[in-house]
Amino acid sequence: MSIPIADVGYTEAVWVMVVKSVIIFLGVFAIVPILTVAERKLIGRFQNRYGPNRVGPVGLMQPLADIIKLAGKEMFRPQAAVPFLFAIAPAIVIFSAIVTLAILPFGNVQDGIGLYGIDVSIGILYFFAFGSLSFYGLLLAGWSSGSKYSFLGAMRSAAQLISYEVSMGLSLLGVVMMTGSLSLTAVVGGQGELWNVIPQIVGFLIFMVAGFAETNRAPFDLPEADAELVQGYMTEYGGMRFGSYLLAEYLEIFVVSGIAVTFFLGGWMGPGPGWLDPVWMVAKTLSLVTFFIWVRATLPRLRYDQLMSFGWKGLLPLATLNILVTAVIVTVS
Amino acid sequence: MEARLNTEHTDWSAFPYLENAEDVISVQRGPKPGGIGGAYRAFGETLRGLRTTFGRVIEGPVTIQYPEEKTAVYPRFRGRHKLHRFEDSGLEKCVGCSLCAAACPADCIRVVSDENDPENRISAGERYAEVYEINLSRCIFCGYCEVACPFDAITMGHDYEMSDYNRSDLIFTKEMLLAEPIDRSPLRMEGE
Repeated sequence: MSIPIADVGYTEAVWVMVVKSVIIFLGVFAIVPILTVAERKLIGRFQNRYGPNRVGPVGLMQPLADIIKLAGKEMFRPQAAVPFLFAIAPAIVIFSAIVTLAILPFGNVQDGIGLYGIDVSIGILYFFAFGSLSFYGLLLAGWSSGSKYSFLGAMRSAAQLISYEVSMGLSLLGVVMMTGSLSLTAVVGGQGELWNVIPQIVGFLIFMVAGFAETNRAPFDLPEADAELVQGYMTEYGGMRFGSYLLAEYLEIFVVSGIAVTFFLGGWMGPGPGWLDPVWMVAKTLSLVTFFIWVRATLPRLRYDQLMSFGWKGLLPLATLNILVTAVIVTVS
Repeated sequence: MEARLNTEHTDWSAFPYLENAEDVISVQRGPKPGGIGGAYRAFGETLRGLRTTFGRVIEGPVTIQYPEEKTAVYPRFRGRHKLHRFEDSGLEKCVGCSLCAAACPADCIRVVSDENDPENRISAGERYAEVYEINLSRCIFCGYCEVACPFDAITMGHDYEMSDYNRSDLIFTKEMLLAEPIDRSPLRMEGE
């Protein structure tokens, strides 16, 4: 079975690209508020309770109430803060989270329209570039707040970044070598016979673990650490700036799950006609998001030194070994 | 993990004086963390943890949706007090002896008694309670008043929803205590 691989640099009319990006943006933005309420309801279920069920039918209007509450709040700025950086930091975070949506492929080229934002030739490097940029947002937020809790949170996120982003990149390299292309559509196209999760199970596990660290989710939520750092880098934020950090966090979870699905779980592949492809993609991504929530309900937060030694002594050698073995197999066969 | 009596792997030659001691317990410690074995065990424990939390999903919520659903109380539950009348004559049981006020450790009962008018009796005894007030914001629901009462005139009821906006509204007068409570709390059935 051969699947046509989308050309990298495939050009479309400008209006098509505008319409596509608006649809993807609005679609994902409709999903994110549902994710926030889904997370709270699921965590409730994992703890033998219901979760929010008072606002609207079965609590589905909860995100609306949250957003109205946040929008109505004062955007407080501490006196010691650096005003410009303090204001721009949440913008950087949310920008880099949204921009990464563009490369998630929701389907192959159908009727001359690629069901993705853009198929850039650097592919996955684009994801890493903007993933690193979002850490600038966290660092600037922590530094410019003029608060020690924020600063500690920012330092932790910096340390976490250098510990995990290397392993994350290396975990995807195995797939890139097997496919022979950085393009995400090509990566999905190469999984027609066998999803990469089977030959690259080690890479998948490493990517998921690093993904938890990348999105600052439990058990790697040290930069936020509600218990000891009172939300870390976003301690001093209020109102919609605070809300935008939350929004960015859920967007990042969605994006990281989407990348994991694209690289390891066959992307848009699934039974049914071609127009079902985006449905498959979103369904797979949402089930990975559910896994993120499940893990948050299960695991306690790691201690700082455990996090570091796990990243450097555990994940990094494992990821290196994984690409070494993959390289040998790819070269031999 | 319980400390088990395990003498299998102990080298007893180092402790000649303990050779035949039966009550020596060698403590078994868990494997050291770290290394490949540690990573393997951590992975296994993570999966076990995921199974545990998923089991909670299958169990389902145990929440009682309080304002809509109420917890049933036991028959001996000590809720808001009730004053009683004789069922046949309709006279109050309370004779205003103030024993409940004397027994009350929180000092929340106030009784002012008066002589009964023989033409128009209020209680069955010689005297009756002209004023009978319980300050529920002070009451500790110990039930001593119920025990002290020689005529079973005051008992502890089953009502537990007594919040109010003013402290003065929590002083219950005789009329309020004599009246049947509007919202009855569900009573727990036998064997429930």
